Amino acid sequence: MSEPLLSTHGLKAFYGDFQALFGVDFEIGSGEVVALIGANGAGKSTFLKSVMGAIKVGADMVKLQGKPSGGLPPHLMVSNGVAIVPEGRRLFAGMSVEDNLRVAIDHKAGGSDTWTLDRIYKLFPILKDKRRDPVQSLSGGQQQMVSIGRALLNEPKVLLCDEISLGLAPKVIGEIYEAIPSISAVGTAIVLVEQDVGLAKKASDRLYCMLEGKVTLTGNSADVSREEISAAYFGAGHAVA
Amino acid sequence: MQWLDGLIQGILLGGLYAQYALGMALMFGVMRIVNISHGDLMILLALIGVSIVASLSVGPFVLLFLIVPIAAAIGYVLQRAVLNRVVSQDPLPSIIATFGLSIALQNAMQQIWSADTRSIPGGGIEQASWQIGPIFIGVLPVIVLVVATVLTGGLDALLRYTRFGRALRASAADVEAAALTGINPKSVYAWATALSVGILGFAAVFQGLRSTVAPSDGPAQLIYAFEAVIIGGMGSIWGAFLGSMVLGISQAIGFRINPGFGILAGHLVFLSVLIVRPQGIFGRS
Repeated sequence: MSEPLLSTHGLKAFYGDFQALFGVDFEIGSGEVVALIGANGAGKSTFLKSVMGAIKVGADMVKLQGKPSGGLPPHLMVSNGVAIVPEGRRLFAGMSVEDNLRVAIDHKAGGSDTWTLDRIYKLFPILKDKRRDPVQSLSGGQQQMVSIGRALLNEPKVLLCDEISLGLAPKVIGEIYEAIPSISAVGTAIVLVEQDVGLAKKASDRLYCMLEGKVTLTGNSADVSREEISAAYFGAGHAVA
Repeated sequence: MQWLDGLIQGILLGGLYAQYALGMALMFGVMRIVNISHGDLMILLALIGVSIVASLSVGPFVLLFLIVPIAAAIGYVLQRAVLNRVVSQDPLPSIIATFGLSIALQNAMQQIWSADTRSIPGGGIEQASWQIGPIFIGVLPVIVLVVATVLTGGLDALLRYTRFGRALRASAADVEAAALTGINPKSVYAWATALSVGILGFAAVFQGLRSTVAPSDGPAQLIYAFEAVIIGGMGSIWGAFLGSMVLGISQAIGFRINPGFGILAGHLVFLSVLIVRPQGIFGRS
């Protein structure tokens, strides 16, 4: 692979005195879909927050197209081309669907016009009908679509998705995951943090498995076996027992 | 007839209170900052106005064009230098900071302008009035009400339809998510306070024209802004406007019941609203 779009190098992150990440090495290239799996508390969300600048990390720990970008505040990461679909959707309550999306257009990364309101409405047609409704009146799945649309309208080169299937019905999860190929088709790299290992494996090109703040397994999603994932997911001791 | 007069004078007085209350509603709505120094900032701007008129002998409307940008600049610097350091989900640090600022401002103003009461000369406009039947309507209060209405409508439109307005509403709803969507919260906050204090610049000039100002007057004005914002519903723009009207009318009617009862009547109406509808008229519970 040529130079990765986004990479981390020995990424360490702390919450006060508590260390949550212990040297994570990660990379993703243009158009790639990479899944990040692991149990609760493995550090997946912390990893995304560190990349996004919501947790302060060293400058050389995160590189964007080779440029040290660790520790930049979130709004600068967005203007440099990294967007996130945050855990729990985090929409702007009290604002309409369209105003939620417009906030992202107002603050998009420069140099790209891949995504427009019309394209988002084509990707998720239901949002067009609901565009004047306040976001809090939408169903969970529709809200997730708004959250994904909002992140896409930031025109990211790298899209970070934090647990986009959480709390949704299987049918709705299917609808949302159907959108992923058309997002990566335009060259956007996608990092999928996912609880559902089967879903993550199916939707991604490569995967990383995390345990207790470290990467315990990485490989092509099609090649890694259930047993390997199980050992990496729960730790070797568990696999032996 | 005196009740109709009370109602009209109350609405006109409400126009001035609305100019106090708008900035407070905006700062609370966007940043959850309860700005204790709001009244003192208004007095500071009025005293700066007094000094400008004394040295440049400009008229009241030229003064507005000078004071409002000065006010906005003070607001911007205040947020960047002080309030951005204390703003958080917890409202207490900003209350303590602005409380300290309030005391410091009062003492600084006393040092510079002495404790005398002063006013801004209006070249006769402060006494001009129209007579309709037995009721006199002051020209200046009508101008104040019109300006207050335009400011409220303008602020509401700004919040609804502009890029900056969307950024403000997004930051108010969820500041972390706003930052993750590309908004720089510290910058949005600085402009929000610039806008709030800028609006206070109007209030300062009109207060100085209509009445007198002294360095220790701030806290009394703060209470009116507080009451108007709480009656209307914390953080709501038109709520603050309506709350100001309710407060103005209560005071004006109270004055006509008994000249000593006016201010107290306003406080009593405010307390009744707190008991009956603590979230305010436009507030969501």
